[in-house]
Amino acid sequence: MKLYEIAHSRTGDKGNISNISLIAYDPTDFELLRERVTASRVREFFSSLGVTEVRRYELPQLGALNFVLHNALAGGVTSATTLDKHGKTLGSFLLEMEI
Amino acid sequence: MSDSLRIGSGAGYAGDRLEPALELMERGRLDFIGFECLAERTIALAQRERDRDPKAGYNPMLAYRMEHLLPLARKHGIGVLTNMGAANPAGAAAKTAGIATKQGLRGMRIAAVTGDDVLEQVRNRPGLKILETGMALESLGSRIVSANAYLGVAPLLEALRHKADVIITGRVADPALFLAPIMHAFGWDISDYQRLGRGTLVGHLLECAAQVSGGYFADPGRKDVPELWRVGFPFAEVYPDGNGFISKLEGTGGQVSTATVTEQLLYEIHDPAAYLTPDCTADFSGVHLHSEKTDEVAFSGAGGSPPTDTYKVSVGYRNGYLGEGQISYGGANCLDRARLAGEVVRRWLEPVAGSIADLRIDLIGYDSLGPSAGNRSPAPREVRLRVAGRSEDPEVARRIANEVEALYTNGPAGGGGASKRVEELISVASVLLPKSEVAHTVKYMET
Repeated sequence: MKLYEIAHSRTGDKGNISNISLIAYDPTDFELLRERVTASRVREFFSSLGVTEVRRYELPQLGALNFVLHNALAGGVTSATTLDKHGKTLGSFLLEMEI
Repeated sequence: MSDSLRIGSGAGYAGDRLEPALELMERGRLDFIGFECLAERTIALAQRERDRDPKAGYNPMLAYRMEHLLPLARKHGIGVLTNMGAANPAGAAAKTAGIATKQGLRGMRIAAVTGDDVLEQVRNRPGLKILETGMALESLGSRIVSANAYLGVAPLLEALRHKADVIITGRVADPALFLAPIMHAFGWDISDYQRLGRGTLVGHLLECAAQVSGGYFADPGRKDVPELWRVGFPFAEVYPDGNGFISKLEGTGGQVSTATVTEQLLYEIHDPAAYLTPDCTADFSGVHLHSEKTDEVAFSGAGGSPPTDTYKVSVGYRNGYLGEGQISYGGANCLDRARLAGEVVRRWLEPVAGSIADLRIDLIGYDSLGPSAGNRSPAPREVRLRVAGRSEDPEVARRIANEVEALYTNGPAGGGGASKRVEELISVASVLLPKSEVAHTVKYMET
């Protein structure tokens, strides 16, 4: 199963840091997200971008996880030469993760 | 003291649409509306414009917006707060006052907040460290073009006490545009951090406008949003304890649901228990959302603690030039032709490779976004080559863009739709400056 089937996501940025939320449609799926989508798995998933550190924050009452990815944006929105300088598309890639 | 306050959101970025804001002002029974129009780099670019023309440097859509919204602000008694002043709040206020006068709107008070420009303080204070890299700010030397502190609610509260109808700022913390009128209406103390945290939540939810009311949310078949083409901008109804609900006007498109609000709640906040602002350290980790009515979501449970004793300062600096060229390939074997084209450009750029940083050769439609997919993606029907790189030398940046265009006659078969651009890069570094080094000023213009 892909995350896309049970969760949605939005991505924002600050400097060279990407902030990706992962939100269960059905609150009862939150435990599954918490168990399977660990910080280290997310770091591995985005490792080709150069991500060095991922911190995960849990908001069980909202059925949501919040991931903070350091060095994810090739220098950040104001200096990167990438097409998507903000990394706005990253959350939709995360939803393709198999769990 | 009022029983509740209704505050709307009129813009979520510099170039946002105006029609939904005007509809909200016309029908929303608003007390205040905030227009958040300043991204991280916008003010540095605006400062460059002001250096060229002392009258410029504010949001290019200011006049257009003010011409349409001032009559509505007057008609319905709505206070307007905006950071559209960018690098020139006083110039923006003068322009706004001129528009009001021309429209015959007499007795309007326009406030201009300055003091966020801390370029002198930053230059005179050695030892500041760049937060992103840990390097000394001095290492940027003469490349620095601007430095702006994220001010808090204090100057906005001052302007509200002086009964300003329109308040125009440069850099202030985005939520402050909404927090300040809430504090003013309910008489909250500046050290009532619990309530300030709640008001910060309101500001955070509203500051990106449609992003909480169905914009940036739709995913057909999975997250369907009604009538996205006429998405309504949001408003919050706030109670004296700082809790309240988010909604939008009946008859507009979009959607306000716990899902849309949760996405915006977590947007760019990093640690939900410690969202740093100049006015408080907001705690969103215990926020509860609850919806019993269509397009209405109640929020409660935010908190706060004292802020730090520093302001965050965005320092803009010249960072060379970006050169970018693109060309498309379609139909039979397009992927291999585009790859060959990329290789040809890479070889052409070899003589100047030493003066190019972060050269990227991407295939749009195939591998330009996200983590690398390996070889799993199927061959696309069309693909667009994009070559981009940074250089201190504008001629090298121009060469990157030109070499892609030259693929027309020198590259693989069938390239089409080439485009090229070169732009000076103004990058942003962040530093922390003691609050004691920063003083704000509020000036008023009457019509």
